[in-house]
Amino acid sequence: MRPLVAERRYQPAAPVRAARPVAAQPAQASQRRDPAQAPVRRDPAPTRAAYRMQRLWLTPLFRVLVRVGVPAFSIALVGLLWLGNDARRAALVAQVDEWRESVENRPEFRVDVVQITGASPSLDAAIRDMLALKLPLSSFDIDLEAARAKVATLDAVESVSIKVGGQGALEVAITERLPVLVWRRGEELDLLDKTGRRVAKILTRSDRPDLPVIAGEGANLAAAEALEIVAAAGPVLPRLRGLVRMGERRWDLVLDRNQRILLPAHEPVRALERLLALDKAEDLMNRDILTLDLRNQQRPTLRLAPAALRDMRRAMGIVTVENDL
Amino acid sequence: MTDLYQSQRAMRNMRRAAMQRGVVAILDIGTSKIACLVLRFDGPERRRDSDGVGSMAGQSQFRIIGAATTRSRGVRFGEIAVMSETERAIRTAVQAAQKMANVRVDHVIACFSGAEPRSYGLAGEIELADSVVTEQDVARVLASCDMPDIGQAREVLHAQPVNFALDHRSGLGDPRGQIGNRLACDMHLLSVEASVVQNLLFCIRRCDLELAGIASSAYVSGISSLVEDEQELGAACIDMGGGATGISIFIKKHMIYADSVRMGGDHITSDIAKGLQVPMAVAERIKCVHGGVEAMSKDDREMIEMGGDSGDWEKDRRRVSRTELIGIMRPRVEEILEEARARLDAAGFDHLPSQQIVLTGGASQIPGLDMLAARILGQRVRLGRPLRIQGLPQAGTGPEFSSAVGLCLFATSPQDEWWDFDIPTEKYPARSLKRAIKWFRDNW
Repeated sequence: MRPLVAERRYQPAAPVRAARPVAAQPAQASQRRDPAQAPVRRDPAPTRAAYRMQRLWLTPLFRVLVRVGVPAFSIALVGLLWLGNDARRAALVAQVDEWRESVENRPEFRVDVVQITGASPSLDAAIRDMLALKLPLSSFDIDLEAARAKVATLDAVESVSIKVGGQGALEVAITERLPVLVWRRGEELDLLDKTGRRVAKILTRSDRPDLPVIAGEGANLAAAEALEIVAAAGPVLPRLRGLVRMGERRWDLVLDRNQRILLPAHEPVRALERLLALDKAEDLMNRDILTLDLRNQQRPTLRLAPAALRDMRRAMGIVTVENDL
Repeated sequence: MTDLYQSQRAMRNMRRAAMQRGVVAILDIGTSKIACLVLRFDGPERRRDSDGVGSMAGQSQFRIIGAATTRSRGVRFGEIAVMSETERAIRTAVQAAQKMANVRVDHVIACFSGAEPRSYGLAGEIELADSVVTEQDVARVLASCDMPDIGQAREVLHAQPVNFALDHRSGLGDPRGQIGNRLACDMHLLSVEASVVQNLLFCIRRCDLELAGIASSAYVSGISSLVEDEQELGAACIDMGGGATGISIFIKKHMIYADSVRMGGDHITSDIAKGLQVPMAVAERIKCVHGGVEAMSKDDREMIEMGGDSGDWEKDRRRVSRTELIGIMRPRVEEILEEARARLDAAGFDHLPSQQIVLTGGASQIPGLDMLAARILGQRVRLGRPLRIQGLPQAGTGPEFSSAVGLCLFATSPQDEWWDFDIPTEKYPARSLKRAIKWFRDNW
């Protein structure tokens, strides 16, 4: 067996170099490489598999698939596997809920008071009852749209806007309906606004003596017309007891002493103005007339009270046979 | 015959498809190296508005985006000798070029130098049916050329119409639309050995590539290294490759003759290896570094170290003077050139108006070759380099790349070949039916 040192690999470098004959070591050998010592040019060829893999990798579709498809698929797979367990899914949902609640319950989002503007005290109380908020409350828990719809159902409310304002206030801005008419329906008395919409209920007429009364079936539908008539009936206004809608078609003006003015269905205001002109000229209304029929424009008709009729006939010398019938 | 016609047509279609896709590979399968270039077509319309023809005479429509060269293996005399080795070499080159281009290439246009090309001049003549020449008439006149006996197991590599004559007017490049009675054409046909082409096809298919065209390297190096006036006025290109020396003669921008001598630079190397008793790698190196063909007195004093790894001091320290080296190389170079001269003489190169000869290919880089060639081939000899094309690396601009560069030009602007024209209508099998219809038309 040869000693280990004799093996070429393990020979220490320095002593051997010194031991070599100087003549055997040409000076240029270390500087210039021998042509024969030049390493044989390696010319490795790719294997078929490597070649095919490289071509496959250079295919654009494949590249996209590997770079986008595989990561996306693996992420989706891991996610779905993780979510496959019911307990984990519930824990995830609970965790998310907890985070959401912690954000919602921050003081920045808390609503402490309800601020109602533009409402009368009774309406204010009604709205507060209706909203029925258990303050303080997170603004995320208030369904503003539903609350708005709910408040808008109140008859006395024309329009409402609800928003969460600064400093934890829920700002409710109300536009109230203005009652302009009293509508008598049998025993009930309702207040109507100028469009005929019901505003509120009153118990007695004396609650709102300033408003004119209308009555009859469908009177609220023609509220605007009634207002026009009332506006036109200036001189007879102190005597006006109310307006009665007849057959959902036309108005009767009812004055005191049970006088009635039957207005036409068409252009009642003009007819009334003509009557007032006549009244001014001839003092018509102060006479003992029961009914004044203006329905026919060409021929206004009067109906006298029975006593007045008798007196007129007597004055004209007409003798009538009268009986109790 | 029809098979080849069909396969060449299929290759043309594939070339068109490759140009549509925008990427095609060029594969120059030589005896000493295999070069692969990846071409990207930018489309001809890119700079059209600014320049009428396009910069670089319309060759700016493509650029080289990948280039790779590898030592050839398994190729002898420009023919595939060991198929698996050649396949590995092709794979190496294609993979490196693809890696550089960062694009996958499916279509390959290849050229090779061997396979004993033989040239034939064919002539055909037809009477025109109506006096205007149509594309169909061109196809008919090409089909009317009588096929020479090209021999057993040979195939047609190129069949290019070289000249058209209409009545007494000759030298027409494109007779379509002209008026005459008789249309004649001259066609140049280049046949090669079928087995070589089949081997090449097989090799390329084994690399998962599709062959989109095939050309003789003598032809394509002529395209790239002859300048335009040389091609027009007539010149010969001698492509001195590793295993074969290709000869092609051009006139009026058409190749009219091609041949190859089955000797090249590798034979010079083997001569040196035999003469100096050194391995082939060392002989190749000595040839490239110190080689020459014209000895001068200074060369006696220039000593070349041959080296060796035999362990024998005397053998490893041998030296040889450059004169001796030239003495080994020169006879072989002379032999190659004389053989080329003989081929040119046989082809009737003397009768051409211009006697320009261009030497190109890797072996044309031997110092002093032009002086020696002038003595053998005539005074009008120059050393040619290929045309410059966009994107070609500096290492690829030498004369050894003339066939690869020429193949790029061949790929982008191929010459009309026989199979580019449609089959004449009367050659279709539907002829009998047509005749029957015609008979009915005429008689009823």
